[in-house]
Amino acid sequence: MVEHTVKAFDEDITRLRGLIAEMGGLAEVAIQQSLQALVQGDEELASEVVKRDAKLDALETEVDAMAVRILALRAPMADDLREIVAALKIGGVVERIGDYAKNIAKRVGRIEGRSKFEPLTLLPAMGEVAAEMVHDVLTAYAARDPVMAREVIERDDKVDAFYDSIFRNLVSHMVENPATISSAAQLLFIARNLERIGDHATNVAEMVHYSATGAYPDDIER
Amino acid sequence: MVMSEATDSPLASQAQKSLEHENIETGEPKMRARDVDVYYGQKKAIDGVNIDVFTEFVTAFIGPSGCGKSTFLRALNRMNDTIPSARVTGTIELDGEDIYASGMDVVQLRARVGMVFQKPNPFPKSIYENIAYGPKIHGLAENKADLDVMVEKSLRRAGLWEEVKDRLDDSGTALSGGQQQRLCIARAIAVDPEVILMDEPCSALDPIATAKIEELIDELRGRYGIVIVTHSMQQAARVSQRTAFFHLGHLVEYGHTSDIFTNPAEKRTQDYITGRYG
Repeated sequence: MVEHTVKAFDEDITRLRGLIAEMGGLAEVAIQQSLQALVQGDEELASEVVKRDAKLDALETEVDAMAVRILALRAPMADDLREIVAALKIGGVVERIGDYAKNIAKRVGRIEGRSKFEPLTLLPAMGEVAAEMVHDVLTAYAARDPVMAREVIERDDKVDAFYDSIFRNLVSHMVENPATISSAAQLLFIARNLERIGDHATNVAEMVHYSATGAYPDDIER
Repeated sequence: MVMSEATDSPLASQAQKSLEHENIETGEPKMRARDVDVYYGQKKAIDGVNIDVFTEFVTAFIGPSGCGKSTFLRALNRMNDTIPSARVTGTIELDGEDIYASGMDVVQLRARVGMVFQKPNPFPKSIYENIAYGPKIHGLAENKADLDVMVEKSLRRAGLWEEVKDRLDDSGTALSGGQQQRLCIARAIAVDPEVILMDEPCSALDPIATAKIEELIDELRGRYGIVIVTHSMQQAARVSQRTAFFHLGHLVEYGHTSDIFTNPAEKRTQDYITGRYG
């Protein structure tokens, strides 16, 4: 892309993009580690994930400040304007993704009799798809690639299918083993969190598409 | 445009209405330029420009210095006639009438298509005389009472009346820059024009005076066709509904202002408005 006449403008945008990329990396790791902690019952790792979320919150604040600064000082237009507005929104969404991962980590210590639950094998697979969506959508953001963004959006169906399957599985488990309801409910919430992460990755993908092309993907239900 | 039978439904008629408001192609343009070239001697300053100007919209011309936007603006009321080497080909119509036709009264034309310049240029006469001059020479007023009414009406429309009503006999040049510019707009309005051309009307003004002119432009929209040349992208985005981007004598892109500034179709437009030009 051709550089701006005012070099500092390019530096600002590069910095902003760097912050978003950093947030994305942290969110992705948080998802992976929260699930790892869940599978292994590793409460120490879980509490690390919870603690590290503060960093994501701080980065979001930094993205906000940077974007507002650019809007005020540079009065961006066209693709620049779309890029800044998208960054502002993406920052908020990625922070939210981090919150879901944190919430998963918080539930790790509340699950008893983990060997009894079949979804404990399904959840990491679901989490992998969700984490990949987050990873790929940020790659699409970095590359300003609307095609890749669209591809991420399409993958959300897979996450939803996982959720439905886990949901049914857990409900029948609860019916058969009322004693495990409290743990099963925790797992249900975790599945729900992963499902939401997929939705948020989809939102980010829509913003990447908008930033790159000036339009939201029109043939996909928002 | 072919109308379908579906126009009976309220939704279709609503869609049609919004088309009339939104579309460049619908409705009768006030001015219509076709294949317009402007030469200064051998040099072609404007190359094959086609554009329609509507009374309903403020049209902004943007582009880097030397792109031809002011040259083209001046072709719209034959101001280029005053430059001996300037030559215009193609057609420019005002209400369907060719303004370069041999029978066209240029003085009359410039009353119908008024102009406001970059630097306020009031006559070195009283505020009253600045406004009254045009109606007088065009024979628009029968007596002093008529003239008084016209002066007040023009100054009111230009948002200047309250500030100058008690000192109409003061010299126009004694006003502040922003007031002088509004006086010039009032002067253009006084002869009841159909179109007002503004060549960077705010570039010599402070932000408050600029805001007042922009507010005024918005109020005058719909009553007069307004074309404004501006170097301020933000100003073009704020005051206009249609924007035309000129580059090296070509009209590169003409469309809805909101589209031009959020999602321009042409790479050259994008590079220019985002500050990546040159």
